[in-house]
Amino acid sequence: MAGISPDIWQPVGLTVALALVTTLVLLVIGTPIAWWLARSPAWWKEGVAAVVALPLVLPPTVLGFYLLLALGPDGPGGVVAGLWGGRTLAFTFGGLVLGSVLYSMPFVVQPIRTAFEAVGDRPLEVAATLRASPRRAFWTVAVPLASPGFLTGAVLGFAHTVGEFGVVLMIGGNIPGRTKVLSIAIYDYVETMQWREANILAAGMTVFAFAVILALRMVERASRTAP
Amino acid sequence: MSDADGIRVDFRGRLGTQEFDVRFKVPIRGVTGLIGPSGSGKTTVLRCIAGLQRLQGTCVVGGEVWQDGAAFRPTHRRPIGYVFQEPSLFPHLSVERNLTFGMRGAPPRPGTGVGFDEVVALCGLAALLGRSPRHLSGGERQRVAIGRALLSNPRLLLMDEPLSALDQASRDEILPFLKRLHDSLLVPVIYVSHDMREIGQFADHLVLMAEGRVRAAGPLGDLQGDPALPLAAARDAAVDLHAVIDGNDIPYGLVTLRSGGARFIVPGPPGPVGEARRLRIAAGDVSLARTALEGSTILNVLPVEILTATPVGTHEMLAVLGLEPGDPEAEGPRLLARVTRRSWDQLGFEIGDHVYAQMKSVALTPSLASSSRR
Repeated sequence: MAGISPDIWQPVGLTVALALVTTLVLLVIGTPIAWWLARSPAWWKEGVAAVVALPLVLPPTVLGFYLLLALGPDGPGGVVAGLWGGRTLAFTFGGLVLGSVLYSMPFVVQPIRTAFEAVGDRPLEVAATLRASPRRAFWTVAVPLASPGFLTGAVLGFAHTVGEFGVVLMIGGNIPGRTKVLSIAIYDYVETMQWREANILAAGMTVFAFAVILALRMVERASRTAP
Repeated sequence: MSDADGIRVDFRGRLGTQEFDVRFKVPIRGVTGLIGPSGSGKTTVLRCIAGLQRLQGTCVVGGEVWQDGAAFRPTHRRPIGYVFQEPSLFPHLSVERNLTFGMRGAPPRPGTGVGFDEVVALCGLAALLGRSPRHLSGGERQRVAIGRALLSNPRLLLMDEPLSALDQASRDEILPFLKRLHDSLLVPVIYVSHDMREIGQFADHLVLMAEGRVRAAGPLGDLQGDPALPLAAARDAAVDLHAVIDGNDIPYGLVTLRSGGARFIVPGPPGPVGEARRLRIAAGDVSLARTALEGSTILNVLPVEILTATPVGTHEMLAVLGLEPGDPEAEGPRLLARVTRRSWDQLGFEIGDHVYAQMKSVALTPSLASSSRR
């Protein structure tokens, strides 16, 4: 396809890498948060849940702005980055991951929390009466029973990270190969009147979004018909 | 009874809206029925023994301290098996993996008969092993749940109304199985129920609860025959006698059962002499006479002594009868008789009288037929 910028695939690869890393990080740190939100009797847990859910309501640029302040050379992020000789996390892949993790967290935590709540106390009580330690009960009973929630959370987290724009623009900037992800690339192509490239990427994203939603619905249906 | 061969419970405090003050001690053998009306706190007590809930107090089982003051052993460190009202199988595991979930490590203690193959045979699960719990009937699920609890090699089996969530057909399927279980295993059981007809078929001891307290605790017969307790005063009061087969009358479909020194002729399937059976005799099926009737169709006429007599309502008298007349101290079996006060007064019955108790054989239910009413 003559005339198409050869750089068009670079943001695709970067976006997929970012979404994969973000989803993995979110599964690792989101699961204990979801478990705690589902099981803790603490009265203030809904406050924590609200903080986790903030990105649902906040304009992404607000989140990105504060992240930029936090991650810049003078913010706490810059201090942390200084520990390994970096100057700042802003405008790096690591910064993007951090921003994406915060931004996509409610999309991962909420389905997993709901799934843990749906498991209820009884299976865990049964496991305890069968000598299973809390750790064993978690891995052999709670996680398998909540697996539809994990799948939904992972898919939503991945898809949401792929589609983000505001946060990434604020803390990542637009550095080709390092922080220039798909949504920004499309914006860029439009700005520079490269309609064809913008169209290819935009159409691809549309197909991807459709496929994700369809897949989720199918999974939901399958798990509902097999109670 | 020392702590080493008993279950000692002393729970106090409040859970939710209910106040508890529960103290009892029962032997750690056989079946102990924990009974009482709904809302009396039976299930809570069972859950506290399991460590699933916590009231302040003490719980010592077979000499092991499970709870005392600040010491509290978590559920997964208590050697219990627990059967919930609903079977609560793990839906993501096959029947076989449900059964083996609690088997890790500990080999079965010798003599308890709770190896995998024995339990599968006892619970009739061989054909179900590869299936998913989703495709089992209610009765099958509860059998798997019971097998699963047994296979965790418990020192104490806790059962919370395991029949109550089942339909009648499943109940009829499980009950004989439960009786077989109690006969063939050496695992002691605490069995929660609100249904005296159910628990009377296999309990050896009873703990009678009401409003978060223990009304009475003791051997089955003692509680059933205590006119001060609601069991004897109930409309369907009955005693469940421990009996053994003494003879068979196969052509007529009758068996002779012996309980203490008394013999009863009752309908029922024949069995080897000496085999244990329970014999349920309802107070309303027992009538009293001054003399042993001749020329009657009533097969069971037994000499008894009137131990106590308590008026019930306006027109009835409830009598407790000793089956070994002349020996009021005897610990032998007792019967309940419910008769009209008019007959009582006309015949001039008094406490201490030696009279005859009469029971129509067809009214007596030695077998499982008694389970069919809720």
